[in-house]
This record gives sequence, structure tokens and C-alpha cells, in this order.
Amino acid sequence: MLEVKNISKSYGPIDAVKDVSFSADQGEILGFLGPNGAGKSTTMRMITGFLTPSAGTAIVNGHDITVAPVAAKKLIGYLPENAPLYAEMTTTTFLRFVAELRGYSGRVRDQKVEEGISRCQLESVRRQPLGTLSKGFKQRVCMAQAIMHDPKVLIMDEPTDGLDPNQKHVVRNMIRDMAASMTIVVSTHILEEVDAICTRAIIISAGQLVANGTPDELRRKSSLHGAVELTLSDASSDTADSLRALPSADRVETERSRYIVYPGNQETLYSEVSAMARDKEWKVTGLRTLDGRLDDVFKQLTVGGDFSNVG
Amino acid sequence: MEGLHNIVVIGKRELKSYFESPVAYVFMVVFLLLVGFLTFFVSGFYEARQADLRPFFFWHPWVYLLLVPAASMRLWAEERRTGTIELLLTMPITMVQSILGKFFAAWIFLIMALALTFPIIISTVHLGTPDAGAIAGGYIGSALLAGTYLAVGTLTSAMTRNQVISFVLALVFCFVLLIAGWQPFTSIFAMWAPEWLVSGIAAFSFMPHFESLQRGVIDLRDIVYYASVMIFMLAATHIVLDGRKGG
Repeated sequence: MLEVKNISKSYGPIDAVKDVSFSADQGEILGFLGPNGAGKSTTMRMITGFLTPSAGTAIVNGHDITVAPVAAKKLIGYLPENAPLYAEMTTTTFLRFVAELRGYSGRVRDQKVEEGISRCQLESVRRQPLGTLSKGFKQRVCMAQAIMHDPKVLIMDEPTDGLDPNQKHVVRNMIRDMAASMTIVVSTHILEEVDAICTRAIIISAGQLVANGTPDELRRKSSLHGAVELTLSDASSDTADSLRALPSADRVETERSRYIVYPGNQETLYSEVSAMARDKEWKVTGLRTLDGRLDDVFKQLTVGGDFSNVG
Repeated sequence: MEGLHNIVVIGKRELKSYFESPVAYVFMVVFLLLVGFLTFFVSGFYEARQADLRPFFFWHPWVYLLLVPAASMRLWAEERRTGTIELLLTMPITMVQSILGKFFAAWIFLIMALALTFPIIISTVHLGTPDAGAIAGGYIGSALLAGTYLAVGTLTSAMTRNQVISFVLALVFCFVLLIAGWQPFTSIFAMWAPEWLVSGIAAFSFMPHFESLQRGVIDLRDIVYYASVMIFMLAATHIVLDGRKGG
């Protein structure tokens, strides 16, 4: 269980993160979205105790990271952005080092290392210096380090960044498999990822929280939500005008033979459009109500909030 | 107990990392060659025909000036440059444990290099009957001096992510602390400054404390001096690293 309470970080006059609060329960996979420089990494670094918040705090199963950092850190697993690793160590020596810092010794330590190697599929690189590994392997070694102690809260900063589609798939499956026993916060700017794995998402823009909800709830904020998409094989120049005249229609966008009717009234729009198509005997090849798109919501909420000079 | 365990784990990794790169070997070879050259050719150790290690220890403050900053420059700067500091400081350990672990690892490494000068003791035995106390004092003094330089280097390494800057800062910092109490320097100073000021400044210097240990006099005041400089520098390192977190 993770509670982030009014956490803020300022660098002089610049507010990198401003009064962000959210919480996540065990079993949740919380997507943390925002443009580059919005404050995602800064927030995660404060939660994990790498940066000291200017105000507010994060509480992990009752342990306040600013008051009892060691107790809180014991329950946190962290995969930093770009998976930093000691280049000269090998996979095994590195994992053994982390296991020792996590308080394991002797046979338990070796067992934890082996577990990490098999869970993250590192068998083929176990004796290789980390500096020589590909991005995908580095990410997985760092992941093995993060989940070794079965953390209560797992924080991952862009875990699929720079991976090829197959590697992304592997990482997503791992995240999904682990979710039941922990709270996972995963930052990303890939919106399809939110649909693929997240049970809930928050959006941060210019250091401030601008949305918090399930992917479906967020989609509902999209201007496309409830819009009707109509595709015709016999589109004519006055089709758009007829659609625009419908009582429930707000506006109409056209793209060749495809029309998107934005709703004034969601309830009745679909039936009005289908009735009109029947009356005018249009040759309809497609007619559906749209859910709304996450990237659309993302754009609506974050445009203008891109401070790429802030961590 | 847990604290000591963490210091050992951090220290072990750090010490191993010296030997996993060419740094350790280059350092040791250069150190031994340099000390040997200065002792035998510049000071004329054999020509003096005295069973005394003074011409050997005399050079240590100067050799360390060049080499200790090279051994310390990567301690924190490298962690910051590669981002591994983010892993290290999010582990369930305290900052003090990380700082001490790294510091002791580097110190042990320097002491290992110093220990490799043991053939010089054999040489003195060959020349006559050396004063065992003076040799022990000299080695203890040299080890303490190396640790003090190292503490300065640890601080400058935490101040930057650039190893070259760390090296230069440590060198300048150590040089000032060294020369403040070096006799040729203080005598120039003594020509116009009052006696109490000269000795006051000299008291902050590494040099007088090293000289008395070289004579085989293990004075508690010298040990306290070295220990307090080390503690001061490491505490400053803690403040610098904390400042980065809070920045």
C-alpha cells in the first residue's frame, strides 16, 4: 500500500513537482503518465528516497520515507530510468551484492540470486560484465534487482523504454504476473501500455496531477468519447451538412468517406445517425460509437505543460 | 551490527571494483616505481649507508599528493556519472554506511599499495640494524596520511560527476594542507608573521604530524589530528551528498 501525500519538489523558483497526492493498493498497477519533463522521475525518486521532498511525503505500508527511510526502503523495489548498473560487475556478482544489501546471506542469498536469474531470464548472461549487455538485458538485470526481496511496492521508471516489441511483451507479462502480491507504479509515455497492463492511471503535467482514474474513466474525458463514426461508400458533398444538422450533433469531422460526429447529446446521437442513414439510403460500410482515445485525453490534459528542462 | 554488515558489503564491492579495472595495477606499479626512484636515486638511500627509512618516508606526502586523488576521484563521481548512485541510495542502508564503506575500501587499497613497499625494510636490515619503532611509526604515519588525503578526495569526488575535476580539486586542497606546515614554506612565512600565527597555521597541516610519526614517536595528538581531519571531511561529504538529494 502506497500513499503519496502532497509531495512537492522545488529547485529554487522552479516547481518540478507540486502538491501531488495519490494512493495505490496491493494488486493495483498504477500507470504514471505525463510528457517528458512533467515530473514523473522526480516524483518516483522522492517516493524511493533518492530525493528529499521539499514538502509532503510518501508512506509505504505505514513507513514514512522521510521519517524512517531504511524501514520504507526495505519494502520498496525500484527500477530507475535507463537501468543504471555497475559496468564492471557480472550479473551474478551484482545480484549477490544487492542480495547482501537486502540482508540475505549464505544459502538464502544464493537462492535469491538464482531466483532472480530465472525469473528475469538471465541464464545466458550470468557471467557477463553488465557493461557489455544489451539494453533489454540491462533492463532485466535491474528488474531482477528490484523484485529480489518481494517488495510491497514496486516503482518502475519507464521499464519498457528502448526495448523491442518482443522484449516489451516479456516485461509487461512479468509486471502482470507480479501484480497480485504488490503495489506497482509504472511510469510510461506509451499509452497503449496503460491499456495493456494498468488497472488505473494518473496523469501529471508540469508537476501537477491532472487526472486519476481507470483507463476507461480517463477515456471518457476524451472529446471523442461517445462520438459516432460513420463510413460510407457513396459519400457526397452534403453528407457532412446533413449530419451537422442532427439535433444531438455538436460538430462533424470528415476524412474522405469517414465521418466523425461529435456528440452534443451522447444518449441519442447513435440512433439519430443510424436513422438518418436509413432515411437517406446511404450505403453504410461502418457505423460505431467511439470510446474515446487515451492519447486524445493525454493531449488535452498536458499540452502546454511540457517543461523539458525540469528533471 | 546491521550497520557494520552494510559497510562491509559496500566496501567489498568497492575494493573489488579497483581490481576489476586496470586502475589498481597501474596505481600500484606507479606508486612503487615513484617511491623507489625518489628514495634510491634522488635521496641516495644506499649512498647514505644508514639503516634509516627517513629518505623513504620523506617522499610519501608528495607521492600521495599525486596518487591518492587518482585513487579517490571515482568513488562518488563515477556513481553520479553512471547513475548507479540512484540504486545505491535507494537500498535499505544509510548514507553514512555508504560513505564509510567506500572510504574504508579505498583506504585498504592504499594500505595494500603501501604494504608492497616491504622490500625496503629488507634493504635497511641489510645496511645495519634499523630502529623497528621508527619503521612502524613511519608506516602508521604514512597510512594515516594516505587516509587523510583520501578523505579530502572523497569529499571532492562527491562534489562533482567529473573525475578530472575531482582529481584537480583534491590535489589543490591537499597541497594547501600539506604546504601550510612544510618547513621551507613556514620559514618564509616566519620572516614577517608572528610566531603564534605561523605555528597556528602549521598545526592544521599534515606535515608536522607526519614528521613526528616518522621519528617513531606515536603521539596521541597526531592520531587525533588525523582522525579529526578524516571525520570532518567525511561529514562534509555527507552534507554534500545530502545537499544533492535535497537540492
